[in-house]
Amino acid sequence: MAGRNGSKTRDGQPLFVIDGLHVSVEGKEILKGVDLVVNRGEVHALMGPNGSGKSTLANALMGHPRYQVTKGRVLFMGEELLGLKPDERARRGIFLAFQYPIGIPGVVMGNFLRSALKARRGEDVPVREFRKLLDETMDLLKMDPTFARRYVNEGFSGGEKKRAEVLQLALLQPEMAILDETDSGLDIDALRIVAEGIDALRGPERALLLVTHYQRMLNYVKPDIVHVLYDGRIVKTGGPELALELEKQGYDWIIEEFAPAKAGAEGAA
Amino acid sequence: MVTKPKDMITEGGYKYGWHDADFHAINAPKKGLNADVVAGISEMKNEPTWMRDFRLKAYRHWEERPMPAGFWGGNIQNYSLDFNDIYYYVKPVQEQGKTWDDVPAEIKRTFDKLGIPEAERKFLSGVEAQYDSEVVYHNIREDLQKLGVIFVDTDTAVREYPDLVRQYIGTIIPSNDNKFAALNSSVWSGGSFIYVPKGVKVPMPLQAYFRINTENMGQFERTLIIADEGSDVHYVEGCTAPTYSSDSLHSAVVEIVVKRGARVRYTTIQNWSDNVFNLVTKRMAVYGDGVGEWIDGNLGSKLTMKYPSVYLMEPGAHGEILSLAMAGHGQHQDAGGKAIHAAPHTTSVINSKSISKDGGRTSYRGELRVYPGAKGVKSTVRCDALILDEDSRSDTYPLMEIDEQDVTIGHEASVSKLGEEQLFYLMSRGIDEAEAAKMIVNGFVEPIVKELPMEYAVELNRLIELQMEGAVG
Repeated sequence: MAGRNGSKTRDGQPLFVIDGLHVSVEGKEILKGVDLVVNRGEVHALMGPNGSGKSTLANALMGHPRYQVTKGRVLFMGEELLGLKPDERARRGIFLAFQYPIGIPGVVMGNFLRSALKARRGEDVPVREFRKLLDETMDLLKMDPTFARRYVNEGFSGGEKKRAEVLQLALLQPEMAILDETDSGLDIDALRIVAEGIDALRGPERALLLVTHYQRMLNYVKPDIVHVLYDGRIVKTGGPELALELEKQGYDWIIEEFAPAKAGAEGAA
Repeated sequence: MVTKPKDMITEGGYKYGWHDADFHAINAPKKGLNADVVAGISEMKNEPTWMRDFRLKAYRHWEERPMPAGFWGGNIQNYSLDFNDIYYYVKPVQEQGKTWDDVPAEIKRTFDKLGIPEAERKFLSGVEAQYDSEVVYHNIREDLQKLGVIFVDTDTAVREYPDLVRQYIGTIIPSNDNKFAALNSSVWSGGSFIYVPKGVKVPMPLQAYFRINTENMGQFERTLIIADEGSDVHYVEGCTAPTYSSDSLHSAVVEIVVKRGARVRYTTIQNWSDNVFNLVTKRMAVYGDGVGEWIDGNLGSKLTMKYPSVYLMEPGAHGEILSLAMAGHGQHQDAGGKAIHAAPHTTSVINSKSISKDGGRTSYRGELRVYPGAKGVKSTVRCDALILDEDSRSDTYPLMEIDEQDVTIGHEASVSKLGEEQLFYLMSRGIDEAEAAKMIVNGFVEPIVKELPMEYAVELNRLIELQMEGAVG
């Protein structure tokens, strides 16, 4: 399923493969067999109505302990991810931009970012180099310099939280970035700044998976491939035109076509 | 990875558990307590009759009073602490040192290991070092001495400033105030006596360091601080002890007088080994427009029962208590603070943060009292508890008695578990679990740590990190 701009890794493997993934939360199965292949350089959009399992997929891929993988595999550069802790996944190059980033009182943003960068690079980052990198990146996202002195996500507005997520994405330079509804809760100006920040991170070595309910961010970050997740499965895959169609028609036709009751009735027939 | 909590605290987490095997007391200490032991201490110290009488009277209170229950929490009666298995007076040296070279080598080695002489050179106005029952070293910067600042051990003060001592000792905390104040008043030894004259501001902290060396030792220092009008002083105390399998006892009394417009800050970083019972009474009386502040960090000990108090005696007096407690396996930190508003237009802030882990227990025990007629009082009490695992426990016992309508009182309390979501967030950025937990805990205590001078803030963060090692993962 290589996209137009996509390329396989040097050894011919796709960057990221999700194979028959089943995930349960508190005993309830949410993902019922998700398959997805992402190559370097590609931007995928994962869309779907509320409750289809989009955030579950994002959290499970990062290794959230509450999301239990009951079946399936996830390969990153050919390596099985599922046995790894979230920090091990992150250090290998997976990133999740959170839909609702949590506040951590007393932990200063600048110190946190430096620890994260040190972990990702596997070596300490000299203060001066870090400062410069941080200032430049914050400038790009039109963030106030005092931001680095605030506590992580504490008292941030919705827009500030999302900007902070993209700031981390830009600093950590992951190979595979999953963005969970990074467009939600933003006014139109903030959306543009955040989306342009994300678009600037496209590159031949990196893939992005944009999880979103709406088309609006995709105007700024053009996807190569669009998937529709519904009832725990990817039910449709297409080009950017699929997102536009969803924008125009909503999700009703998807629900109509793939409703579990109907599928069950067909199966029984 | 499973680390046994006990191993973590005594080996991984506690770095001060050594003892000096070479040390020999110069008196012949005997265990147990009776009126003869009390009189004997007074005799060895060659004290005036008034002090001998003070001790003997206090000893009668000790005998008469039952073990505390109820508000004096921590349920000491449930422990097997045997008061007859304690040395009440262990004399380490004949003469106190004025320079570190005067201190016997094996004792000096201990304080070198603790970094005290180095700290003195770098950032302190004066230092006192107590080893078992006596102060072995005492020094204050000469310029401060010339300004009339007195900083001596309390035994020396009884000899050299008897009028001042007699005027104040036992006035803020009477010897019959509670069972352990009575105990301290009868067998006290060492501690600091500080007098800061009118308008004098002591630029850098005065530090006392309390070290227990002898097994089954009871250390009973007595501290008295008088800040005259418009003066300013910051006193810091640290405490450590060897790790023994049997119990030791530390029971101090600290009395502080903050006169009109003066300011006293008293900072404690208590890191006793986990075989020490730490039963301490601390109280400040603050007069018009004065400021009294306790910064009370409790990391060590088996059981701590300590509630630093501010008595706000005249309009404009302000009291502040920042309490930080961390309890690991086998530890109970029963800490908190009391603010007594005895005059109108007085203000207080109590801010408590506690962390319990590996089966440890923390309790916040607070008292806020507003006397009738104390109009315009403002007080804020905030206590936050962080519990790191299922085996640990935290309780809150706030007592409020407000006998006046015209007051503004705020009270907030929170208990949280080490957040799965917070850990996941930090780990999703590549930070490993142990480091992430440390960051969250350090963030939690940050509002208190930032009040400390930099050197102590670094030390406190380091101690917390030591305790956190192996706590998660």
